[in-house]
Amino acid sequence: MSLRLPAPDEGVLARRAQIIADLSAIVPGEGVIFREREMKPYESDGVTAYKQLPLVVVLPETTQQVSRVLAYCHASGVRVVPRGAGTSLSGGALPLQDGVLLGLGKFNKVLEIDYANRCAVVQPGVTNLGITRAVEHEGFYYAPDPSSQIACTIGGNVGENSGGVHTLKYGLTTNNVLGLEMVLITGEVVRLGGKHLDAGGLDLLAAIVGSEGLLGVVTEVTVRLLKKPDVARAVLVGFPTSEDAGDCVAKIIAAGIIPAGIEMMDRDAIAAAEAFVNVGYPLDVEALLIVELDGPEAECAHLLEEVSRIAAACKSSTLRVSQSEEERLGFWAGRKAAFPAVGRLSPDYLCMDGTIPRKQLPLVLSRMRQMSARHGLRVANVFHAGDGNLHPLILYDANKPGEMDAAEAFGADILRLCVEVGGVLTGEHGVGVEKRDLMPEMFDAVDLAHQQRLKCAFDDQGLLNPGKVFPTLHRCAELGRMHVSGGQVPFPDLPRF
Amino acid sequence: MIETVHISDEAGLVAAVAAAATEGTGLDIAGHGTKSGIGRAVPAGRRLDLSRLSGVTLYEPDELVFTARAGTPVREIEAMLAAQDQMLAFEPMDSGALLGTPAGAGTMGGLFSCNLSGPRRLSHGAVRDHALGIRAVSGRGEAFKSGGRVMKNVTGYDLPRMLAGSFGTLAIMSEITLKVLPRPQTQETLLVFGLDPAAAARAMSAAMGSSCEVSGAAYLPAEIARRRGEVPGEVAVVAFRLEGFAPSVRARRAMLISVMTPFGGVEVLEETASRGLWAMVRDALPFSGTGERAVWRISTAPMAGPVLARLLADTLGAETFCDWAGGLVWVLMPDAQAQAGAVRAALQPQGGHATLVRATAAERSGDVFQPLEPTLAALTRRVKASFDPKGILNPGRMYAEP
Ligand SMILES: Cc1cc2nc3c(=O)[nH]c(=O)nc-3n(C[C@H](O)[C@H](O)[C@H](O)COP(=O)(O)OP(=O)(O)OC[C@H]3O[C@@H](n4cnc5c(N)ncnc54)[C@H](O)[C@@H]3O)c2cc1C
Repeated sequence: MSLRLPAPDEGVLARRAQIIADLSAIVPGEGVIFREREMKPYESDGVTAYKQLPLVVVLPETTQQVSRVLAYCHASGVRVVPRGAGTSLSGGALPLQDGVLLGLGKFNKVLEIDYANRCAVVQPGVTNLGITRAVEHEGFYYAPDPSSQIACTIGGNVGENSGGVHTLKYGLTTNNVLGLEMVLITGEVVRLGGKHLDAGGLDLLAAIVGSEGLLGVVTEVTVRLLKKPDVARAVLVGFPTSEDAGDCVAKIIAAGIIPAGIEMMDRDAIAAAEAFVNVGYPLDVEALLIVELDGPEAECAHLLEEVSRIAAACKSSTLRVSQSEEERLGFWAGRKAAFPAVGRLSPDYLCMDGTIPRKQLPLVLSRMRQMSARHGLRVANVFHAGDGNLHPLILYDANKPGEMDAAEAFGADILRLCVEVGGVLTGEHGVGVEKRDLMPEMFDAVDLAHQQRLKCAFDDQGLLNPGKVFPTLHRCAELGRMHVSGGQVPFPDLPRF
Repeated sequence: MIETVHISDEAGLVAAVAAAATEGTGLDIAGHGTKSGIGRAVPAGRRLDLSRLSGVTLYEPDELVFTARAGTPVREIEAMLAAQDQMLAFEPMDSGALLGTPAGAGTMGGLFSCNLSGPRRLSHGAVRDHALGIRAVSGRGEAFKSGGRVMKNVTGYDLPRMLAGSFGTLAIMSEITLKVLPRPQTQETLLVFGLDPAAAARAMSAAMGSSCEVSGAAYLPAEIARRRGEVPGEVAVVAFRLEGFAPSVRARRAMLISVMTPFGGVEVLEETASRGLWAMVRDALPFSGTGERAVWRISTAPMAGPVLARLLADTLGAETFCDWAGGLVWVLMPDAQAQAGAVRAALQPQGGHATLVRATAAERSGDVFQPLEPTLAALTRRVKASFDPKGILNPGRMYAEP
């Protein structure tokens, strides 16, 4: 593993026993975990290739405890890594050897459901699906639906600005959060937004959502609830080429239709999914689209016809419209199982998460095939086609010497390609440690400095989740200095850690 | 009159800001200047006019995205999108009638920086929800970019969304990339008459809690309904907009009529009349031609809005109407006095924030935006300083400089 985290603070390591005692005084009982065996479950997140035991695990239950823990860490210069369910696919919740791993799992209560104002106030450890479960008997739901929704927490969703297959129509986490309570590293508690639209003042909510635990610890979230659409229907369409499939997506959108979701799979992903769940995916096509439409019955019926007509005009070779809820769920079962299905083809896989302008898909797929040959590794693709978010799954075997490094190099090449064609490094999984060192592919030093200064405004000692997102750590004093001369600012290139 | 510097490219913008940073000169940043009246008075030494920094650099209708330089007129963008049957889904208001500036003026930079969204904000989100990427120059005189041109992007902090609504106090946008949506094929409006504020709130909540996909919900009290030709009748009215494909709108009309049964009979406004009504709500036309009387825009929990509106009318002699299913309350004060203390005290139990969008210079020397509690105020100052350490970008426009 080539990953490097900030060098541990020897002073903190030496004070471990005292720090554990001090934290135990703040969070009594079983809320402080320090034995190696008991800390094991926290040593990695969804990126299991990266492992690191923390200094200590702390599981607070109240905002006041979070506040006191953070104030303590701030005063004693101890680093903190917030964690929800630990399903991050970018290593965002990877512990630090000299850092407190602050688990929010005990914050698992739905505090208030306000149907009249269409919102719910929940603690950050409530799972994404838990919110929907709490309100579905009244016909409501929480829209963003990451595939990990049974496990991942709303706090983690806020951390990563997570999306799902319905993002095209219903938005990301950031479009569905109305307010939150957050504890700064100083222990101060801040509330942003509420049950109203457009949180007042500077839109700090926008900065917090997607900040990967670097700006503060979220202790309460107010989310928007939506009424469940009357019906949802899906169409499964096969195409002889990915160009035809991409063309079909473009034409659907050009016809003024915003489907609830449009997913695409390539030949390898289709084959893997079909072998895994057996739902009748066509195996003789290069690309498969699942187009889901939701809303009133009349609208779905109308749009299904439109979409079917457009698909036929785009040389689709197979087309099936779901005739029952069971069949619709079947269409999705393959897509939703794509990761584990691909996992069966190979001992290990790496899931990438770049976004590209959709029209670049054929180019990106063909370049990816060349890269696949060069790196000697297979790749299967699932694609949130409506919004251009590509998930190449690189197959490798960690037990074969060099394969993991090759997989990582292949992944980095794919992400560079995404940036090259006008896209970005990550659409929904976050930068974390995984894409940290690729940030300069997208941003220059001045761009990054503007981001890092925002971090300084929240956390001037860099104690919250250091080593994530930014490839280079700069001291805030250094970043804050102004060297203006004719608009040119020399940027001090400090060494990488 | 202070001197005005016209900016026509990003290099010029960098140079102008860098010079101001070196001298410590406060900058008043403007596109067409249509919204210069919103916010606290800015004690600037120089005005930067961005209206020449204009033009669309990318528009890909299939990908629902365009990029425009900050000085591009909003009207040009709307025409460009309309030609492809697309739109800015957040429905930008034309603030001309309200603020006494020319109708139809305004630039993308101004629209973005004020984050002023119209009725469809209720269902489709605000300006910030459609922000994908920016190029900008911070108070350090450095050009930087953030975000991108794709719809799903979590690479780094979401600065584009944060900068939307920052009233030019953090950075000056040079280029803005926004998501667009298809224009609905048709629309109509359903009207329910004679509801008191509490019943209106319940009616709007029932509609929003149904699957009718309402894309506009407003409450116009009798005084306003009587005065405006856009709505028939003499009594208070709740208006619901349905938009989309014709078969869908027809089906949802029937559904909404049945949801409204407990609240009374429903009248339908067809497409043209419907457009007229929502333009009135969007542009706050009921308050046009009211000269120097102070105007507030309050964002609160939707259920609280109509009752709060009535309270302000009864206790302060204000005229009011509600948009966003009650969540947005427009308040026209009886005279030039903003009565900030009384307005904010009335809002306090409900939560939310009140912005003084039209007022005399004297009134605008006080708190125009909702005052922040101390921890948040300190954080806000640190964020401002991180982008603009010398405090030269629209100094004091949102909050008094420390
Ligand atoms: C099988 C699988 C499928 C997935 N599918 C999707 C998908 O479809 N879409 C998608 O977007 N993601 C997906 N993910 C990624 C992951 O589930 C999401 O990023 C999720 O939001 C992480 O939530 P979590 O509770 O596990 O957070 P964690 O992994 O614990 O933490 C994520 C980040 O948020 C921070 N954080 C957590 N809680 C808080 C808090 N309370 N305050 C401040 N910071 C906090 C952490 O420090 C970390 O940086 C998938 C993951 C897996 C394993």
